[in-house]
Amino acid sequence: MFEAWHLPFMQRALLAGLIMALLSGYYGPFMVQRGLSFLGSGLAHAAFGGVALGLLLGGEPLWVAVPFTAAVALGITWVRERTRISGDTAVGIFFAVSMALGIVFLSLKREYTAEAFTYLFGSILAVTATDIWVSLGLLLLTLLTLPLWGRWAYATFDRELAQADRVPVLFDDYLLAFLVALVVVVAMKLVGLLLVAAFLVIPAAAARQWSRTFAGMMVGAVLVGVFSVVFGLQISLQFDIPSGATIVLLQALVFTAAALIWRRA
Amino acid sequence: MSRKAEYAVEIEHLTVRYGDHVALEDLSLQIPRGAFVAIVGPNGAGKSTLIKTILGLVRPASGKVLVLGEPLERLDPLRVGYVPQFKTLDRSFPALAEELVVSGLRRAWPGRITRGEREKALAALERVGAAHLAGRSVSRFSGGELQRVYLARAFVRQPELVVLDEPATGIDVLGEADMYRLLEGYQKQSGATLLMITHDWEAAYHHASHVIVLNRRLIGFGPPERALSERCLREAFGHVGHAHTVALEFVRSKHV
Repeated sequence: MFEAWHLPFMQRALLAGLIMALLSGYYGPFMVQRGLSFLGSGLAHAAFGGVALGLLLGGEPLWVAVPFTAAVALGITWVRERTRISGDTAVGIFFAVSMALGIVFLSLKREYTAEAFTYLFGSILAVTATDIWVSLGLLLLTLLTLPLWGRWAYATFDRELAQADRVPVLFDDYLLAFLVALVVVVAMKLVGLLLVAAFLVIPAAAARQWSRTFAGMMVGAVLVGVFSVVFGLQISLQFDIPSGATIVLLQALVFTAAALIWRRA
Repeated sequence: MSRKAEYAVEIEHLTVRYGDHVALEDLSLQIPRGAFVAIVGPNGAGKSTLIKTILGLVRPASGKVLVLGEPLERLDPLRVGYVPQFKTLDRSFPALAEELVVSGLRRAWPGRITRGEREKALAALERVGAAHLAGRSVSRFSGGELQRVYLARAFVRQPELVVLDEPATGIDVLGEADMYRLLEGYQKQSGATLLMITHDWEAAYHHASHVIVLNRRLIGFGPPERALSERCLREAFGHVGHAHTVALEFVRSKHV
């Protein structure tokens, strides 16, 4: 049953999936508790614009998608902080514009680009060594920002209390948006832009059901992510169904079970 | 240890604007150390803006603000304890009471609580009669329970100034009496200055040593019997209508 795990592409898929489970389990609770669940989805659509531009210019689309999406994330944060537009409206505007740009870029290419579909639906089984290195780089970057966890969590709990204690909340907003943008771009290759937001939202939302502490919620989100990646890949292989979608459906299954078990009295 | 300033808060010609709207205009006052100050005024009078300015949450358009003898950018925030309105609590955030208290010590949210921190948090919770709440989730606390935990959070850092935003809102009469007992107990033991927004003139009259009457400008400041005068209340709350009648009734009942 597990002999397929010896195949290099499966090992790459597993490694990439596990890194994504760690990253999205780490950042997801911040997004969910800050009411920014929609941001992941919006950034994925923005990333599509970046990928399309990358395909148009030629070469590895990731190198264009990363700065493009990071710029959109910072733009959304700027609009949210500095204008009267609410967060979800800012996300809505940016993602529509980026998506429109993506469509225009792809049409300019004038030839069929099958690779674009990889980004739409994801292809965890087509993970390259570059993807793994980029994921590991992002993991390292996240480890470097671990000392900031306490103040990010503090501002997530109560922004005003954190501000009164001189936590640089504005700087942290931009930094978090930037890092989430990177996670989204990298995860998009694996699960596709249509499903990438699920990675950030569903494990965190599932873990919220049983967690009594924010740190516990984060550990729970990572565990849900790891569980769904391992079993999702196995199931997708066994039944020959798309791996990204299977992983997301497993996450949803955990969420539903948690919601039923830990529902409010 | 920083020098002991004579005043807990010194404000000179403070003006705060939100865009075109002037929230506070040319405000000057000096709050002596060890005072219990109540801030009263109608809705939109700038009460919240005043405490937010003192907490460094709002940047003044002009004027000078010294807190505990220091300009805000140099002030160690651990010298000030802030008790926000507990109704602003995000009940969806998974948090234990002891974590909330430790956040007051660390100026960050605790992932793991050290033994020393837990002892301090428990002592602070015990002081407000809430040690039994330490390991419980705050999401299901009543208003009174939350208020105690927030007080413990402020007290745990042994602040020289405690700023409270409408601390009595949403708790019952007994809870309110308890809260004033705890505040006055802390003040007596530490000599701290208390600064509180309230809509309750009775409470201001009975508990505060000084009252600030505010309506965008400073209308009155001094001991309650002087600041809560008919002239000040009429100027702050208007000369006609319901507020006017209530103000007159209050003043007559106190013979001030």
